[in-house]
Amino acid sequence: MKIVVDYVKCTGLGMCEAEAPDLFEVQDDGSLLVLNECPGADQLAAAQAAVDSCPTEALTLVED
Amino acid sequence: MRNDRLVVVGASLAGLRAVEAARKSGYAGPITLIGNEPHLPYDRPPLSKAFLDAGADVDGAPVHPTFRDEATLRDELDVDLRLGAPATALAPAGAERQVVLRGGDAVPYTRLIIATGGDARMLPGGDELAGVHLLRTLDDAIAVRAALDAGARTVVVGAGFIGSEVASAARKRGLSCTVLEALPVPLVRSVGEATGKVAAELHRKYGTDLRCGVGVTALEGSSRVEKVVLDDGTVIEADLVVVGIGVRPATGWLQGSGIALHERDGGILCDETLATSLPGVYAAGDVAHFPNLLFGGQMMRVEQWTNAAEQGALAARNALDPENAKPSAAVPYFWSDWYESRIQFVGIPQSEEIRVVSEELGEEKFLALYRRGDQLGGVLTVDRQSQIMKYKRLIAQQASWAEGLAFAGVTS
Ligand SMILES: Cc1cc2nc3c(=O)[nH]c(=O)nc-3n(C[C@H](O)[C@H](O)[C@H](O)COP(=O)(O)OP(=O)(O)OC[C@H]3O[C@@H](n4cnc5c(N)ncnc54)[C@H](O)[C@@H]3O)c2cc1C
Repeated sequence: MKIVVDYVKCTGLGMCEAEAPDLFEVQDDGSLLVLNECPGADQLAAAQAAVDSCPTEALTLVED
Repeated sequence: MRNDRLVVVGASLAGLRAVEAARKSGYAGPITLIGNEPHLPYDRPPLSKAFLDAGADVDGAPVHPTFRDEATLRDELDVDLRLGAPATALAPAGAERQVVLRGGDAVPYTRLIIATGGDARMLPGGDELAGVHLLRTLDDAIAVRAALDAGARTVVVGAGFIGSEVASAARKRGLSCTVLEALPVPLVRSVGEATGKVAAELHRKYGTDLRCGVGVTALEGSSRVEKVVLDDGTVIEADLVVVGIGVRPATGWLQGSGIALHERDGGILCDETLATSLPGVYAAGDVAHFPNLLFGGQMMRVEQWTNAAEQGALAARNALDPENAKPSAAVPYFWSDWYESRIQFVGIPQSEEIRVVSEELGEEKFLALYRRGDQLGGVLTVDRQSQIMKYKRLIAQQASWAEGLAFAGVTS
């Protein structure tokens, strides 16, 4: 699975980082850095939690 | 169960999340979603932010922050949608379980989620004059936006988060804006004096006329508001007055149900799993008081987006599977966008000490740590978006005060 960010919707609120700190990190200017676009099997639950928690619904997990 | 029905009252964030979580958990029975407003569930934070910006529109109409379209709700989520249909009563324990709607329709339930949020409080007389608005609903935001489009001289009553965002929107358009605050420093009750001072500085920096320690004695005008009269005799001319003086839980309709309500504000009293005092009835979001186990079981009612989203989903899961009910134990988090800055807070502001760490370090961007006993209880930042979630995690791990200070780069 691959993480896709809609950068128009994302405003860097950071819930994804709270859920999955190994996958996401918000930068000081509010932009989102995806640390690992293709989470491993052991990271999928955290990735899904990040997707579900996003207040602007900017994240999706797609088949790669 | 043959007559099983999940009913959700309140068709906003917490209510929608309850419906979605119920379906996600595999519940295939009937769901009724009851909403007072005529609109499909929509998102509120943009209403005091991007929605108020000049030109933030598509084909002349502002972008409505609707969460899901009607087809998704009715077909995909298979929801019996009752919009524009306020619940007016809930049957007490022992009687047949049902919610009564305006007009007299009764909707029976086996499990009920109450997510009716809150109503913004108005100033006395404010309802009688055109040009005086609250900012809670989409309709409020449409009216405020139209007034800003017309170039209104804007007065905001209450220097809280929403009022301050309205001031930001007015100043962004170059309109004159006065913010009136009864307390000597804005936000002292919610986030403390040092933080309030920083908030005041932000207003002044961007040309908002912030007046603290003043009360409004009258709103005057023939049919439209023309003047705001203050208790020191000052008169301010205004075309638009936005009242942001707080929210009251929307629980009037529960009178007579016997459900336990908070004695001070009338919010719904829940246990840690969001169960109310009535069997099969849960509550979530802005309307709910609950003991947060992460903070020693302290009772809290949280008027924040992530809380409403998380609790809506949790209340549905717990209502459908009470044997495996989980507690609502998250670190509260909110954000607010003022002018060019983002204010973020994690944790709870009630504290025994607030350390303005940024001052100690000689750094410009504000950072304050809130001590709760010997633990880190809360953190407020301005424009430190790369740090705030790291503090959220520290608080979730119940980090000590010393650990918090060390992370911030100072010692106790
Ligand atoms: C302008 C604005 C900006 C905000 N900005 C932020 C922000 O930047 N960050 C943040 O963290 N939070 C923010 N919030 C707070 C956040 O939006 C709320 O915490 C959230 O909306 C609460 O969701 P809820 O579903 O509990 O209640 P609400 O959103 O209040 O929804 C309750 C719904 O129930 C309906 N209802 C009430 N009574 C009845 C009845 N008797 N029958 C049927 N329906 C009924 C109401 O009409 C309403 O639609 C903001 C709020 C507003 C208003």
